[in-house]
Amino acid sequence: MADGGPVLELRGLRKRFGGLAVTDDVSLAVAPGAIHAVIGPNGAGKTTLVHQISGLLAPDSGRVLFAGEDVTALPMHRRARLGLARTFQITSVVPGFSALENAALAVQARSGSSFRLLRPAAGQLALDDPAMEALEAVGLADRARTPAGALSHGERRQLELAVALAMRPRLLLLDEPLAGAGPEEAERLVGVLSGLRGRYAILLVEHDMPAVFALADGISVLVYGRVVATGPPAAIRANPEVRAAYLGEDDAA
Amino acid sequence: MERASAALREASPALLLLGLLAAAPFLGFGQGYTMTLLARAMILAMAAVSLSVLVGGAGLVSLGHAAPLGVGAYAVVALDAAGVTEGLVVLPGAAAAAALFALATGAVAIRTSGVHFIMITLAFGQMAFFTAGSLTAYGGDDGYTLYGRTELFGTRLLEDRLGFHWVCLGLLAAVLLLCRLLLASRFGRVLRASRENPLRVRAVGFEPYPFRLLAYALMGAVAGLAGALLANATEFVAPSYMAWQRSGDLLFMAILGGLGSLPGAVAGALAIVLLEEWLSELTEHWRLIFGPLLILSVLFLRGGLAGLPAQLGGLLRRG
Ligand SMILES: Nc1ncnc2c1ncn2[C@@H]1O[C@H](COP(=O)(O)OP(=O)(O)OP(=O)(O)O)[C@@H](O)[C@H]1O
Ligand SMILES: [Mg+2]
Repeated sequence: MADGGPVLELRGLRKRFGGLAVTDDVSLAVAPGAIHAVIGPNGAGKTTLVHQISGLLAPDSGRVLFAGEDVTALPMHRRARLGLARTFQITSVVPGFSALENAALAVQARSGSSFRLLRPAAGQLALDDPAMEALEAVGLADRARTPAGALSHGERRQLELAVALAMRPRLLLLDEPLAGAGPEEAERLVGVLSGLRGRYAILLVEHDMPAVFALADGISVLVYGRVVATGPPAAIRANPEVRAAYLGEDDAA
Repeated sequence: MERASAALREASPALLLLGLLAAAPFLGFGQGYTMTLLARAMILAMAAVSLSVLVGGAGLVSLGHAAPLGVGAYAVVALDAAGVTEGLVVLPGAAAAAALFALATGAVAIRTSGVHFIMITLAFGQMAFFTAGSLTAYGGDDGYTLYGRTELFGTRLLEDRLGFHWVCLGLLAAVLLLCRLLLASRFGRVLRASRENPLRVRAVGFEPYPFRLLAYALMGAVAGLAGALLANATEFVAPSYMAWQRSGDLLFMAILGGLGSLPGAVAGALAIVLLEEWLSELTEHWRLIFGPLLILSVLFLRGGLAGLPAQLGGLLRRG
């Protein structure tokens, strides 16, 4: 990776669903350690963009560069191995696994071969210690032994973040991490995220405007698949086009 | 200490079943015919356990598991026809042949999922069935009679009923242990996670396909081993080894036992083999009773046979 270069760079990304342009010539960059937010109204194409960055969907054209490397053609699991971790708008964990085992699975992906067929995985400290650390980082350590399926909605969101952290990624792709969390849980998650500042590059998709303006170093506004504005929070807040297109007067507070 | 006792508690259903099977010859079940029946049950139990790993562990619902079993049996035939009867060659050879079969068919089948996977495994099973029927060198549709059983270290251990009993029991115990370790390993963890949520597994950096394929091949090998033993038990091999009804029976044993429970699959195999035998002695229309019994068991045994103790306990407490 070119030192000082962006961790993530999108160049002219396009994606259509039938006649609908859902990603329309999107270019943006996320610097190491920076939190870059993508905001936009419902259906603007934010999740579709995250899918293309993570490799779940292939763009029609354009390129995805990760740490300077062109990963446009790589499948999701290969990008994950390179250090690209994502969470899903609809929480995705392994419900039958304990919180700890969910995180340990992520540790396993980056440490040693998983084609080991006989030695029990549970209790391997090389897996459990980093997994526990990740749970601690999101404040879920006391729920380590609870099956993920039995966690509350907010706790599952925390767990998904812990799983992403357990991958020791270079970029966190978070699709509405605060959606559906109660006010208290949201506050805690914002605290966790701001604690990650500087250690991870983060691309944050979020509707919660106070959280976005509190966390982001830079913001891109997506409307109908197009980036209509990019800049630091203050500039975005003041941009009249953005206010008209997206931020209602009360949201812009 | 605590961990050791927890492990013991977990292993106790398997130990109980294996203990009963070990004691059977001394508890009045030592007559020739009963022993034959028990051997058959233990052999089918191995295949059912391997299918249980696929279905309950990996989420691969195969309706063609009789095919690798049959491949194992035909490997015994092919080696017998070539004059090879040493078990140290025959048994690994049967397992390897079945593993290769599973690897080749699985490479295609595992690219599909859900109903498609069920259909494609069924189709491969039928292909194997018809292929076996066309092997004129091995008797075609009429099958092939083995005039001697496989030997072990040059001794005729498998000819002896009790000897055969111990070999089947030992191999069943080994299969149970290895499958249990497999599911608990790093490999098994990825396999189980892929069953529950393949998207999550990809997102952390694993492609489920090679894990599923290796599991499919390994469990095919176990079925092949069972097939080789079954060929010895009956001293006869025919295409019916691979009939889809047998695949259905194996699936039923695994499900009756309780999905994902390995000792459950053993109990399921024992229950079905013995019940089938007992009912067919009572009446020639035994299938009329057998079918409804299976349906009732699916309706009322929620956790399968493995869940039976808990279910009975609940009834007693309520009653
Ligand atoms: N697989 C698909 N096939 C066809 N259209 C799709 C598909 N996925 C998404 N869309 C459409 O693409 C548009 C963008 O969807 P996307 O989920 O990316 O929006 P979003 O910005 O994440 O919205 P939200 O804020 O509600 O999460 C929507 O109009 C949606 O209906
Ligand atoms: Mg979305």
